Amino acid sequence: MSMTTTEATTHGAVGADDTSIAPELLLQMHAHMVTARVLEERLITMYRQGDGYFWIGGPGEEAFNVPLGMLVHKGEGIAYDYLHLHYRSSGTLVALGADPVDSLRQMKNTATDPYSGGRNFGSHYSVKRWNVVPVSSPIEVQYSMCTGTAIAQKRAGSKGITIVQGGDAGTAEGDFATCLVWSSRKGHESPVLIIVTNNRYGISTPWEGQHGEERVSDRGKAFGMPTVTIDGNDPETSYHAIKKAMDYVRTEKKPYLLEVMVSRLHGHSSASGANFVTNERDCLKDFEAKLEARGLRTRKEMDEMRAKVTQELLEASKRVREEPQPEGSTIYDHIFADKNYVAGER
Amino acid sequence: MATVVQAVRMALHVGEDRLGVTDIFGEDIGPPLGGAFTQTQGLRTAWNSPLDERGIIGTAIGLALAGQKPVCEIQFCDYIFNTIDLLKIAGNTLWSSNGQWNVPMVCITPVGSGIRGSIYHSHSFDATATHIPGWKVVMPSNPLDAYGLMLSAIVDPNPVMYLLPKALMRTRALPEELIPGEPGDDKALSKMIDAPLGDRTQWRAEWPDTPNLFVPIGKANVLRQGEHVTVISCGRLVREAMRASDELRAEGVSVEVIDLRSLYPYDWDAIKSSVRKTHRVLVVNEDTEITNFGEHLIRRIVEELFYELYAPPRLLAGAFVPGIGLADNLEHASVPQRSQMVTLLRELASHEP
Repeated sequence: MSMTTTEATTHGAVGADDTSIAPELLLQMHAHMVTARVLEERLITMYRQGDGYFWIGGPGEEAFNVPLGMLVHKGEGIAYDYLHLHYRSSGTLVALGADPVDSLRQMKNTATDPYSGGRNFGSHYSVKRWNVVPVSSPIEVQYSMCTGTAIAQKRAGSKGITIVQGGDAGTAEGDFATCLVWSSRKGHESPVLIIVTNNRYGISTPWEGQHGEERVSDRGKAFGMPTVTIDGNDPETSYHAIKKAMDYVRTEKKPYLLEVMVSRLHGHSSASGANFVTNERDCLKDFEAKLEARGLRTRKEMDEMRAKVTQELLEASKRVREEPQPEGSTIYDHIFADKNYVAGER
Repeated sequence: MATVVQAVRMALHVGEDRLGVTDIFGEDIGPPLGGAFTQTQGLRTAWNSPLDERGIIGTAIGLALAGQKPVCEIQFCDYIFNTIDLLKIAGNTLWSSNGQWNVPMVCITPVGSGIRGSIYHSHSFDATATHIPGWKVVMPSNPLDAYGLMLSAIVDPNPVMYLLPKALMRTRALPEELIPGEPGDDKALSKMIDAPLGDRTQWRAEWPDTPNLFVPIGKANVLRQGEHVTVISCGRLVREAMRASDELRAEGVSVEVIDLRSLYPYDWDAIKSSVRKTHRVLVVNEDTEITNFGEHLIRRIVEELFYELYAPPRLLAGAFVPGIGLADNLEHASVPQRSQMVTLLRELASHEP
């Protein structure tokens, strides 16, 4: 079920050939994609060299996740977008402006890891100042939680929207239905951009044997929400589709279901070896060919960019190795906020 | 004299009126019903949710992350079990984000037996709730505590599980449990805050002016001082323990009765002082007896107060059976009865090392 062209459903077509994105923006997009890809490669290498216990990430999804991060109305609190992401979202974080070295810190589970202080797996982001709510390992739970931030935003008359993202396999969980039902309640619709990145696998299990529906996006139709399935291997298509969906959700304060066909270039996780797969499209390679053909960036420039980021992250990984690990005595920290709080006795 | 359910309702009103509660929601929580037990009638921020427990807990988490103050309800704790992983997330979000995000939500859920609720309206949840770190867990035994614990739960910056014994819903306050500001007359209060039968569209509650009276989370209530033996309980069985103590008083047995009120954090100081005084202890609750919360208390009592004890500590808990059967005899055989308390307390009181 690989897709090379976009497909229009209820909300109209998104043109793959739309080239109205400013060249500077395309080049910025490319730079983020390179950083995100190299970051994932470094994380995999760290895992292989014993500098991490587990790798999971999103190489192959950069052409969608990077534009997503670039389009987010970024900030803290209900005036801004909330992001309920999952563990393949490094491209989005890079585009938001996250320091890739912090991802290395989480991989090495150092005390300096700003996302979890060495408590959680890599790619399990949490950034309060950007409304990136904590990524957790259970599949699809974010789809049950996202309605809460969306209800708060709608009530406040906020410009902010709620963005939730997960994979295709997870849509089999009840939480996906929860999201569709709760966000589309008549008279109480809530501003949720529901994203499903479809790589056609749940770990090792192909989509085809488990799902009768043709497309995940079809499920949105029953709830009266606009839905579309797009080619997430093309960053320009992604950019336009995300923008269109965000505009709808921001203006109408209603849900929109966006299914995105993507590749999974290093398999599910380190549990399956994390080796590069050769039978799936590589969005970075395709995009670079396009940029070169359009004369926006030369092959040499792109090779140099990649070499530079690779070198920087290699050096950073050596530094991170020397950073302190969390002390065992800290396990009791942050179980309760304001742990001495006793109501009425402040 | 408010009933437990009226006390909860008044506390929720105070919550939405002046303690920042933004949403009170769950199945049948909004108009017209106002809660399966009438606990949310007349509340401004009460709304009905889809019939979806995972959606209820998930939405409460999301609201809390967005700086709101949600109070959600799972209509019976028998139906909360499909939300356990979300409850775990509510409890671990602050910890896993290394202190970035707290989750200030309250989850109310009716618990326990006593209304002939059969297999799926009689479950207890205290053993499971206290097994989820990051949550505070409270259970009131009377209207005044129901009111004060709810206010404390609302202002707490953490997730709080509010276990509401369903057999106590219509239990009236004893004179010493009067909520300040409520009319002492049952009919007068009912006229003010109970929704009328029939069409309720024009009805508005007239709330009595009740104060910010907090029952601190983590503080037990020593309901009765005693000398010979301590009984530690919570919720529905507290009054049964008091009655057991009344019966034994006639025999000259002096029983100290502790109402835990908070299961986590629990009031170890109160337990410790009491065991040091009476040297004998019975823990009573109605959850199933294997890996029961009372076992934890007894483990700690044995480990830390072993040389204070004159008798082996005892646990009286629910039978470890898959459900509570509907027939009277089945329910009685499944959950602790007062007569069993009396027998055990008598045995303990006369036990010498």
